[in-house]
Amino acid sequence: MRQDFRNNPKIKQLLLKITSDLTTLELERPLNLMEVCGTHTVSLLKFGFRHYFKDRIKFLSGPGCPVCVTSVHDIDKTISLAKKGYRIVTFGDLIKVPGSESSLEKEIAKGAKVDVVYNPLDTLRIAEQTKDEIVFIAVGFETTIPVIAGLVLDAYSKSIKNLTVLSLVKTMPKVLRFLLDNLSGKIDGFIMPGHVSVIIGSEPYKFIPEDFNIPCTISGFEPVDLGLGIESLVRQIRANKPIVDNRYTRMVKKEGNPAAKHLIESVFEPSIVSWRGFGKIEGSGLTLRDEFEDFDAEEKFDIQVTEKVEQGGCICGDIISGKQSPLDCTLFRTACTPEHPIGPCMVSFEGACSAFYKYGEK
Amino acid sequence: MCLAVPYRIISKDKNKAIADVFGVKKEIDIRIIEDVKIDEYVLVHAGFAIQRVSQEEAKETLELLTELCENVE
Ligand code: SF4
Repeated sequence: MRQDFRNNPKIKQLLLKITSDLTTLELERPLNLMEVCGTHTVSLLKFGFRHYFKDRIKFLSGPGCPVCVTSVHDIDKTISLAKKGYRIVTFGDLIKVPGSESSLEKEIAKGAKVDVVYNPLDTLRIAEQTKDEIVFIAVGFETTIPVIAGLVLDAYSKSIKNLTVLSLVKTMPKVLRFLLDNLSGKIDGFIMPGHVSVIIGSEPYKFIPEDFNIPCTISGFEPVDLGLGIESLVRQIRANKPIVDNRYTRMVKKEGNPAAKHLIESVFEPSIVSWRGFGKIEGSGLTLRDEFEDFDAEEKFDIQVTEKVEQGGCICGDIISGKQSPLDCTLFRTACTPEHPIGPCMVSFEGACSAFYKYGEK
Repeated sequence: MCLAVPYRIISKDKNKAIADVFGVKKEIDIRIIEDVKIDEYVLVHAGFAIQRVSQEEAKETLELLTELCENVE
């Protein structure tokens, strides 16, 4: 079945249809479509969509790469925990992200204890096998948050005493509203993150067509999915009838996954969190509920660090808010490469800079 | 992060299941998929099954593609 979504000869026909639909729009400038999710940024490059629509559609990267949206201040917090001797467990990408002065990777070289996991639940096993104080650094959106909630619940039910979570997780709808309040007029349509939508469903995006008159599509990551998503947006723009059009129905239900939402709510409550490129946004983060405070690194340890700004020259913040592209960064491909990343957008494989680098975008 | 490879459930025990992905067996957590059955396909993210994959809807997506292409002028 997967091949039908990838090497399907009908995709070409669909692209021709979209091109002819775009012609009838008689646009004076290319359409600005924002792909919120970093994996979409990669797919649009990998399957040639970006190149194909070059003069007609500008794809803007959005705030959907978990590592990229993590603020320098929060990276500094993780580094300060590592320096204090706590054992850090996190996803691979995060360790390479530069903070204001160091990175977890550099701290490893100086003797810090850092474990990289793919599955957060592996942290339980690590905690059970050591007396070290373990801090799991949780980044991610609604797709990953149920897994973190599962980790906290399992640690709670097993009465594990040496495991805490530093919650840097973020939720999507609020940041999109923030983005639109500050960037309105620039975005003509949204490709919504497919797997965030698996959890939250299509309803939380309704304010975008209703309050901002901007069309949305929920799309998967295969060429057929991207083609159908773009077709939907162009169709909606032509008709001037914006909705949230779910074109990933094999995974995304209107109501999302209720069991996942319930799991999240039983462990977390909304909090204020800071985003790279956006600053602090009320209610766009999640913190552990009081009953789980023993597992909250912010409660258990003193992790105050002074706020410092991003490294000079890096424009990651502007890239993930759709204001600029990696090609606008003077450091791109010169001082900043995947071997020597200066900002998180080059570190994470789903960051726009790393994807542009990999696929030779000019 | 968002790999969309479906895993096939081989066996299950409470919150955990063994699933097959391209011939490799992996342990996954199935607590947020109600009543998952053997041989069903699920979408997995960071070791967690987050949704069952609807084969019927997959067919409908391909049908929509065909339908849209038929109308190409
Ligand atoms: S190329 Fe490097 S320095 Fe420039 S914005 Fe991207 S990550 Fe930052």
